[in-house]
Amino acid sequence: MSTASILDIQDLSVEIPTDSATLKAVRGISLDLKRGETLGIVGESGSGKSMIALAIMNLLPPSARRAAASINFDGSDLAHAGERELAMKVRGQRIGMIFQEPMTSLNPVYSIGRQLTETMTLHRKVSRAEAEKRAIYLLEKVGLPDPASRLKQYPHELSGGQRQRVMIAMALMNEPELLIADEPTTALDVTIQAQILYLLQDLQKELGMSMILITHDLGVVSRSADKIAVMYAGDIVETGTAEEVLRNPQHPYTQGLLECVPGYRGDAAHRLGSIPGIVPSMTGTIRGCAFASRCPRVVDACKTEVLPRKQLGPGRTYVCHDPDATRNQSTADLHSAANEVPVELPKTPGEKVLTVDGVSCTFSVRRGLFGKRRSLKALDNVSLDIRKGEVLALVGESGCGKTTLSRTIMGLQQPDAGSVSLGQHEISTLPAWQRARMIQPIFQDPYSSLNPRKTIGDIIGRPLVVNHIGTKPEQLAKVHKMMEHVGLPRRVFNSYPDQLSGGQRQRAAIGRALIMDPEIVICDEPTSALDVSVQAQILNLLLDLRDELDLTYLFVTHDLSVVQHMADRVAVMYLGEIVECGERRQVLTSPKHPYTRALLDSALSISPDLSVPAPGLSGEFPNPMNRPYGCPFHPRCPMAEQQCREEVPRPEIIDTTFVKCWKARTFSHQAKHH
Amino acid sequence: MMTTRQTLSDASIASVETPPGHDEAGLGLSPTMAALKRARKHHGLKIGFGILLVMAVFALFAPWLAPHDPYMQNLSLRMLPPVWTEGGSWEYLLGTDHLGRDYLSRLIHGARISMTIGLGAASIGAVIGVTLGLIAGYFGGWIDQAVNFLVTCQLAVPSLLLIMALVFVIGQSVTVVIFVIGATHWVFYLVVTRSATLRLRELDFVAAANAMGCSKFQIAVREVLPNLVNQIMVIFTLEVAVAILNEATLSFLGLGIPSPLPSWGLMIAEGKTAMFFQPWLVILPGIALFILVIAINLLGDGVRDVTVTNRRN
Repeated sequence: MSTASILDIQDLSVEIPTDSATLKAVRGISLDLKRGETLGIVGESGSGKSMIALAIMNLLPPSARRAAASINFDGSDLAHAGERELAMKVRGQRIGMIFQEPMTSLNPVYSIGRQLTETMTLHRKVSRAEAEKRAIYLLEKVGLPDPASRLKQYPHELSGGQRQRVMIAMALMNEPELLIADEPTTALDVTIQAQILYLLQDLQKELGMSMILITHDLGVVSRSADKIAVMYAGDIVETGTAEEVLRNPQHPYTQGLLECVPGYRGDAAHRLGSIPGIVPSMTGTIRGCAFASRCPRVVDACKTEVLPRKQLGPGRTYVCHDPDATRNQSTADLHSAANEVPVELPKTPGEKVLTVDGVSCTFSVRRGLFGKRRSLKALDNVSLDIRKGEVLALVGESGCGKTTLSRTIMGLQQPDAGSVSLGQHEISTLPAWQRARMIQPIFQDPYSSLNPRKTIGDIIGRPLVVNHIGTKPEQLAKVHKMMEHVGLPRRVFNSYPDQLSGGQRQRAAIGRALIMDPEIVICDEPTSALDVSVQAQILNLLLDLRDELDLTYLFVTHDLSVVQHMADRVAVMYLGEIVECGERRQVLTSPKHPYTRALLDSALSISPDLSVPAPGLSGEFPNPMNRPYGCPFHPRCPMAEQQCREEVPRPEIIDTTFVKCWKARTFSHQAKHH
Repeated sequence: MMTTRQTLSDASIASVETPPGHDEAGLGLSPTMAALKRARKHHGLKIGFGILLVMAVFALFAPWLAPHDPYMQNLSLRMLPPVWTEGGSWEYLLGTDHLGRDYLSRLIHGARISMTIGLGAASIGAVIGVTLGLIAGYFGGWIDQAVNFLVTCQLAVPSLLLIMALVFVIGQSVTVVIFVIGATHWVFYLVVTRSATLRLRELDFVAAANAMGCSKFQIAVREVLPNLVNQIMVIFTLEVAVAILNEATLSFLGLGIPSPLPSWGLMIAEGKTAMFFQPWLVILPGIALFILVIAINLLGDGVRDVTVTNRRN
């Protein structure tokens, strides 16, 4: 054990007894964290990464059992420390913690100030005034404007990003030596995510803290962590520096995971890799390697023998039988069958299948029965068209009107002005059944988009039943064929959605959308609720289906790496307006609008040699109720001038790209030279 | 009877032999078969169903099963205690009431009326409450406010007073009692249905149904309603007991079941006068009522467990 170690975990296991069996969530892991270092723990959902954090703090659910040889935190053994000692001296004092959900991790009935100072006055002998002074200092540090007046505010008065900043400030109140951040940015928009990560990185350097960053996002971990531990099925399968693990992964799972990330291997010319199969059941002991059933390099010994942990260098280990044989092979060949088929280049654009012409949508919002009506402009003069066979990506942060636009396009929302037409027909004049046969949605969350009381077969076949298409046997045959298309096994026909995995559910949702052979499919963040490896499968499936069934996609997303992989054209939305729209390559490589630039900068691709970029945008996404005057983007824009504050920018076309910005010409010029 | 049992056991054998969740077509068990299979393993459901079945048989065949005529008065044999207490006789197993009528026969005949009233009134309440709740929750806006106003009115008027007034105006009969009690006991259904519908209508599967061209009626009935079954079932089991006791109150006030007709509620009401001297006059129908409510509860819980699947593959 190095002298500079702050946390040294030996052989930690967590077991959770359930009704039928004992779930072994963490299976004897060892970790070592040095002072001032950031350790990234990466893994897909259910891999046990959050359990480690909770086990360190002894905050596991009451039924869970923890066993560890030792959890050595700066000389004291937390594994055998009493609950009282932990609560009094360690938790919130020397180890701070940030949780994923900023919306629920602050108590709504106490003011920010009280929650902040409480952590300090509870643990130390300090006066309220002193604690308040520190709270104000920290709130300023985490970038909340006007910190003194914030103390009197309540959580509901703050946005998600602001709440997460408050959470960070709260975790830092007692100057902890170790900060555990469990998915601290997963619930936030990309620009806010970049701001928060930058802030954490900055504070860490300044305060000399160590940090454990738990995340499923390989981009995030590549930018923020010094060391990475990759978890699979409750075990750490590979450790090393970020550079080593991400540039030269040894474990087939790490390799597979990286292949699944859109953009990891450069431009969109390749299919994404995929990891076949599913995570094994975490109950009982796993014989041999837990990954064996999904591993492309599996040998017989993997299934039976206990694996050796191989040491490649200090802190660089992996658990695998013998990847050395294929070590020199590039990772690309490992999943060769999937990878060699290049995705077709964008076809010559077909005729327009969907035209959105000057659509505006205003909601009038009223608080309470006697409150004043205020109008919320969700869409402001939006025009778009989609051509047959293309994938148009609609990008923007939450609240920008993406969902309202997709609802309007589906005819579920009447626009105040403008029109949406499918081919030759205006959508509001089409009867529901005809509209349904032309345009279908796929939603973000497969847990809420499938009716939990209906079987998968019922769900997929429902559109046929509702619209009286075909006879009963014909409908049944069609459902079976569609299930095959989307890769669902026949045996789930009579299963309920909660018996399926997230990926299978999303496949069912895709099946339901495609069963009436629609021309256009609106995919509303179809993969953002899924794990990386499942996301890769779904994205591959969507691209395959497009080619097979000649589909056109409107792809609503906030993830630019997905856009990079999927889209032919990109439209960027900000506060209900389309600010830039053009060919993918044009928009992503030489953006004309400063907002697009900022989004691109905030998107964290996997590059361990880079750190989190300094945020280019000031402030947060504005409340759509108080739209800024002039150009809606000007309060956050680094280039804003008088004209931007006063006049709404005129749309123009620069190099085939539509853009709405007064400074577009100078900006794109600058960017080129940059 | 025999044939159904045969097919059931066949299904369970088949499912033991093939891997779980498979059948010959490879589709997994159909939802009905899967539910039946689970039902066979659910003890609560079986017990509840068994008790209800026995009670229903007694109620249906009361004239043949009851040892005596329930209306036959014999003033010389008033207030006989049950057979197991001192002074009881085998002729009158559960003793007699204050008019010398056989208590067991009255209990058996009373099962007819009490079960009809309990199940009938609770069902009528469920239909009214669930319909209004679905409409209010799904459409919202002024419709919701109108329904809420209706609820406020219903809660503001003392329901017993309302029932008495209605019975007085319409007249006294079993049917009237069922309808009147049902029509005044829908608020719980409504409140629960409405709030659950408010939550459900925001979910994406409702949006998906919209996008596939379902009508509002189809969405409410086919998409939202199935998700409310659990909550409705719980309230139903409560309301059955409430309805039976309400009938007792009405009968006690002379507005319920016309007097010589036996009902458990009426028997409790009549026995109350002699409660301190002959407690079994109240205890016996009380136990019958208790068993009925327990059985409905067990059945309701069982149906919920059997129809909901929370096990992943």
